[in-house]
Amino acid sequence: MLNYIWSGIVVLSVVCAALLGNTRELSEAVTDSGAQAVALLLKLAGMLCLWSGIMKIAQESGFTRLIARVFAPLLRRLFPRLDPNSEVFGSISMNISANLLGLGNTATPFGLKAMRGLHLMSGGGDRATDEMIIFVVMNTASLQLLPTMLGALRQSYGSKAPFEILVPVWISSACALATALIITCVINKISSRRRRI
Amino acid sequence: MDFAMPVFATVIVIFGLVRRVPVFDCFTRGVLEGVAVLRQIAPSVMGLVFAVQLLQSGGAVDFICQAVTPLADALGFPAEVVPMMLLRPVSGSGSTALLVSVFEKCGADSFAGRVASVIAGSSETTFYAVAMYYGCIGVTKTRHTLPAAIAADLTAFVVSVVTVRLFL
Repeated sequence: MLNYIWSGIVVLSVVCAALLGNTRELSEAVTDSGAQAVALLLKLAGMLCLWSGIMKIAQESGFTRLIARVFAPLLRRLFPRLDPNSEVFGSISMNISANLLGLGNTATPFGLKAMRGLHLMSGGGDRATDEMIIFVVMNTASLQLLPTMLGALRQSYGSKAPFEILVPVWISSACALATALIITCVINKISSRRRRI
Repeated sequence: MDFAMPVFATVIVIFGLVRRVPVFDCFTRGVLEGVAVLRQIAPSVMGLVFAVQLLQSGGAVDFICQAVTPLADALGFPAEVVPMMLLRPVSGSGSTALLVSVFEKCGADSFAGRVASVIAGSSETTFYAVAMYYGCIGVTKTRHTLPAAIAADLTAFVVSVVTVRLFL
């Protein structure tokens, strides 16, 4: 799927640029994109390495197990095949708590660790498991409780009530998350039933 | 709230000290793992930045916006928000720049400004997350991940307009 979307974007961009006469801008973008990607990766690298280090402490000290216990009632329903005492379960819990606190950059390293755990559990391969899909989809819906960056941005652009959007944001995130989880779980159920037959 | 990140880290370090874990050794071992992960996600990030750069610079975003605007109008979406909605799933920095341009054009407390804010707060950079999370473990068959994630984004867009109408 990503193959088609990626190549679709590239082809569409080039065709549009040719039709609209933006070929110079497009060429500049090609040269630019490499440097931009490296800049983004460097920014990511600092966070990734730092929080991977902190995560290791959290794991060895049993902190993740504590967090996992908090989320266990909820997560056991979403991931019935996972052992609540496993390392993966802990990584998923850390990812969720970082997301809720609005620490997006922190959540990513935890999430990548959880994905590697899920991959190991499935015995490798190139096919996404039901658990991976649920986890990734949860991360593509915004779980943040207090969007501080957004509030700060609104304030700096002259909003009289920067956080008036809070309730709509919660409702909207909750609806998005519900949609994603319902679709995922229904398709998971259907495909596992088909496999059994 | 700016304080959340250092507090989060410090709580973990103190917890480790109390449990008598060799915190610094653990930290350095963890960082090494982080370097390995970075190597695995680099190709996906590179590919995505390339595609998004092409999309923005060639004028494709403006082109799609013009095509989508009548539909957006019919559904009650403010036209100023359409470019941001289109870019939101692929680029965090790009959609933030467009959010700011909505604020500048219409004001943060206008209808368009509020809708753009709620969309920014309730959706994520879907493609980026999918590419990175699957890229790091080499999974290429993502099955129904993208359809479900895109449905979530569309839900967030629609509900954003509805809730802003109802509550603000």
